[in-house]
Amino acid sequence: MDFLRPASWQEALAAKAEHPAAVPIAGGTDVMVEINFDHRRPEHLLDLTRIADLYEWEVGERSVRLGASVPYTKIMENLRAELPGLALASHTVASPQIRNRGGVGGNLGTASPAGDAHPALLAAGAEVEVESVRGSRRIPIDAFFTGVKRNALAADELIKWVHIEKADGPQQFSKVGTRNAMVIAVCAFGLALHPATRTVRTGIGSAAPTPVRAGAAEEFLNAALDEGGFWDNGRIVPPSVVKQFAQLCSGACNPIDDVRGTAAYRRHAVGVMARRTLTWTWESYRGARRLTEGAA
Amino acid sequence: MMRVNVTVNGRPQQADDVWEGESLLYVLRERLGLPGSKNACEQGECGSCTVRLDGVPVCSCLVAAGQAEGREVVTVEGLAQLAGRRTEDGELAPVQQAFIDAGAVQCGFCTPGLLVAADEMLERNPNPSDEDIREALSGNLCRCTGYEKIMDAVRLAAARQQEAV
Ligand SMILES: Cc1cc2nc3c(=O)[nH]c(=O)nc-3n(C[C@H](O)[C@H](O)[C@H](O)COP(=O)(O)OP(=O)(O)OC[C@H]3O[C@@H](n4cnc5c(N)ncnc54)[C@H](O)[C@@H]3O)c2cc1C
Ligand code: FES
Ligand code: FES
Repeated sequence: MDFLRPASWQEALAAKAEHPAAVPIAGGTDVMVEINFDHRRPEHLLDLTRIADLYEWEVGERSVRLGASVPYTKIMENLRAELPGLALASHTVASPQIRNRGGVGGNLGTASPAGDAHPALLAAGAEVEVESVRGSRRIPIDAFFTGVKRNALAADELIKWVHIEKADGPQQFSKVGTRNAMVIAVCAFGLALHPATRTVRTGIGSAAPTPVRAGAAEEFLNAALDEGGFWDNGRIVPPSVVKQFAQLCSGACNPIDDVRGTAAYRRHAVGVMARRTLTWTWESYRGARRLTEGAA
Repeated sequence: MMRVNVTVNGRPQQADDVWEGESLLYVLRERLGLPGSKNACEQGECGSCTVRLDGVPVCSCLVAAGQAEGREVVTVEGLAQLAGRRTEDGELAPVQQAFIDAGAVQCGFCTPGLLVAADEMLERNPNPSDEDIREALSGNLCRCTGYEKIMDAVRLAAARQQEAV
């Protein structure tokens, strides 16, 4: 085995071009488990921890440019206002020790259907900027997950930034596990209200071979909110609408039975989380509206 | 095989013939003679291997040895020194003394990792709530104590730290 230690992004890209099978290692919280247990014995490990760019973030006008290796702890501490859904999701990852090392780039690299960043990214809206010696491209998050633990990266590409839309309304993240710390999600649900575009977006984790959005549920809810004038009148979303939304979210699942839960349980849990997160976010949307109206 | 240079508990150290897939935990225990950090799960779940890497608590079983090159590591063996005590006197860091006084050590396997994690929290947050303590120690498993004595120990260390200032 070789341990490649590029000191700059350009060097890292050159190394990946020369050794396309090299395994990048950032926080190592997925890679080292595989090596410790002999599940993986790559010819080359490509250490990304010396590349300062990957630990930086920048808050822009409309989006946050998040370096691939920014650890979850930093996201929780610094980006709660801009990326509330991702900050909540980050907080549910494992333990402080893991959150101090692991980050979104590694979560996307592993592309597990159980990755906690994914539902939050799907709901917020994001693009993954990847680069190789051939150039860079932005992959919309909806096109990023291509199969169980598979993503849209080419062999010579590395993830540099994740561009995440700044929250323009309330966001929530909810996760069902067996215990608080250290759990891989049985299933997870992210929801973001986007008052600017009058849309609602979702993300579901661990309930299908890849993280997915509940497209039909979003369409139904967007239409129902629009028809009822709810974005303007700020009324409570009728229980029948919430119920239908939750059912459609359950229907978006294509889960498997495994040791962590049955398919039926997962579908049920996703419905419950959909109902709760919609209720919570809509309540805070109404609260924020009342405040601005009171001030006006 | 490679050579790794790393500062451990303030002392520059060199480990030779390190396998490229080796963990920092292995280097500490097997090559640098520092068995304080424990090896239980090797998958980030128990926290018994917790060390500080450039100040930050991490599971050393999940840090590749080569990633520690040129960095600073503090293990449980360095806590007393970090606390500004003279280790030659056999003195302990306040958090270590508090664990003993509160009876928070049974088999002791989880203790080194807990001490490193608790010490770092007390440095950051001298006046932690119970919730803060639970959160900071949520990555450290203990099979013996049921955690209540551990909570007592950290509360005690925090209280003594407050008195000292
Ligand atoms: C005890 C424990 C509990 C966990 N709990 C959770 C949990 O609750 N939720 C959750 O989502 N995850 C969990 N994980 C998994 C892991 O912590 C996350 O997936 C984390 O985001 C990985 O980030 P990392 O930087 O450590 O990745 P690494 O292990 O360094 O890398 C992961 C993968 O991404 C690739 N990669 C890394 N960076 C790049 C890059 N810039 N470009 C291209 N490829 C890259 C690597 O080659 C590898 O395939 C847990 C892990 C452990 C050990
Ligand atoms: S041995 Fe590292 S966390 Fe258990
Ligand atoms: S004292 Fe035995 S595991 Fe904690």
